[in-house]
Amino acid sequence: MITTTGLTKVYRSRGREVTALDGVDLHVREGEVYGVIGQSGAGKSSLIRCVNLLEKPTAGTVTVDGVDLTALAGRGQRAGRELREARSRIGMVFQHFNLLSSRTVQDNVELPLEILGKSGRERSRKALELLDLVGLADKAKSYPSQLSGGQKQRVGIARALAGDPKVLLSDEATSALDPETTRSILELLRDLNRQLGLTVLLITHEMDVVKTICDSAALMEHGRIVESGTVDELLATPGSELAAALFPVSGEASGDERTVVDVTFHGEAATQPVISQLSRTYNIDISILGAAMDTVAGRQVGRMRIELPGAFEENVVPIGFLREQGLQVEVAGHDGEAAPRLAESAPQLVKEGVK
Amino acid sequence: MTWSEMQPLLEQACWDTLYMVGWSTLIAVVGGLPLGVLLVLTDRGGLLQNTVVNKVIGQIVNIARSMPFIILMVALMSFTRWITGTTIGVEAAIVPLAIGAIPFFARLVETAVREVDHGLVEAVQAMGGNTWTVVRKVLIPESLPSLISSATTTIVVLIGYSAMAGTVGAGGLGDIAVRYGYQRFETGMMWITVGVLAVVISAIQFAGDLAARSLARRGRGSTVPKLRLLRTPAPAAVEPTKAS
Repeated sequence: MITTTGLTKVYRSRGREVTALDGVDLHVREGEVYGVIGQSGAGKSSLIRCVNLLEKPTAGTVTVDGVDLTALAGRGQRAGRELREARSRIGMVFQHFNLLSSRTVQDNVELPLEILGKSGRERSRKALELLDLVGLADKAKSYPSQLSGGQKQRVGIARALAGDPKVLLSDEATSALDPETTRSILELLRDLNRQLGLTVLLITHEMDVVKTICDSAALMEHGRIVESGTVDELLATPGSELAAALFPVSGEASGDERTVVDVTFHGEAATQPVISQLSRTYNIDISILGAAMDTVAGRQVGRMRIELPGAFEENVVPIGFLREQGLQVEVAGHDGEAAPRLAESAPQLVKEGVK
Repeated sequence: MTWSEMQPLLEQACWDTLYMVGWSTLIAVVGGLPLGVLLVLTDRGGLLQNTVVNKVIGQIVNIARSMPFIILMVALMSFTRWITGTTIGVEAAIVPLAIGAIPFFARLVETAVREVDHGLVEAVQAMGGNTWTVVRKVLIPESLPSLISSATTTIVVLIGYSAMAGTVGAGGLGDIAVRYGYQRFETGMMWITVGVLAVVISAIQFAGDLAARSLARRGRGSTVPKLRLLRTPAPAAVEPTKAS
């Protein structure tokens, strides 16, 4: 639905060049919620602004719903008619809502329809319908300053949907909101994604956002996509920074001559008593350093960091047992050893940063 | 001078002032608003970024503003004659007044429009709006309270300028204060004129402030009719705004 190839953005100011995007290849499938996560300055904002050409990329292409937007942009600074029409089919919500304080809630939602040249009656019908969809039907005549942050963002979302977009871009939509409101807004985005088949590309610096609603995610660092894939793929990838961040387990080895192993359970394996089987079969004492159970992208996932006595070489057999159970196993300090074996079972994953 | 002598003079002066200031304000707004908006749009990083146009307009505005009004009036004499066919009288005064006020108002407009959050501009662009849409739907409506304050300031400044318009025989309150009060030592006349001016200016400032404030506070409770609050007591407790 959204594809970028070799997207590069270089800002020039007073002779200095800052590369915000450095050859970003992104592929967002139709109907999914795709999260791009990264710290501030990683280039997330530039990326999402390049997708609807609010920022003109220095190089590379952006294709949304089969339309090559970069080709529509032309040479000049101003957006031509074709690009503006394409933009009207891409909804966008913002961190600071960007509602016009001089207009009522309803008039704010009508604004994109005014730009599309819809008649007055059609505009108000559509606006009220959308406000109903986001649960703010009773606030149509209020002004934005009378609303709470979460309500403002709902208006922002209603406004973004006014042009019946297939794609919704969310620029840190929940970053200015408290945790509870964040959850309700994310739920709304999730519902819209399911009900309307809306493809959502969101950027965020909050891992929780990715955990709650994303089907796929990408990690951005220094203008590059370091990791990307569906959340399942990421969790199944040894050494994935995103998976570790999505699902952190901590705990230090209690001494030398110990092997620390991270075990990730998902799907069927999560229900098996694997650790006690391991202990009984090989007659070893296992200590649990840390463990967590959580729902990621709607699925139960568990992660555990365990410690086996003895060095890695002595534990090759028990670790092999764990792998046979269909678990994903990472041995601390032996990633190089673990990765090739897992490569067969783990789905293909893009890891550009490693290359 | 007795009151019966002063009264017709004052009355005529009031009308002259209102006439001159009214027309020149209108022209200043019509001319200064686009100029001010253009200054913002053509600036670096603006929607119509154009350094040459920006510098040229900026310089013209600066030069016009640095000229003392009385010099401007004399300098513009031939232009005034070309427009109005005369260089004396109220109509002749409107030309330099308007031309003096255009750059003044333009600078105020520039400041007001620059205050508009760029995020709003971006939002309208993301909806597919063009530059004209941005100006019409965002820049002007969102800066309207400041623009009204700017217009108020312009009117007050124009009333001050109009005192000098007396030198081209345009009359007006300021002119009476100078001619009767200062030059003929009619102290009473002078103080009455000053008093009238003070009242007029206060009234204009008050009206302008009121209009600007009621627009700026749109939806912040104060302008909501009390009746509605009485009828629906529950939602009257407006949630505190978090982000703004």
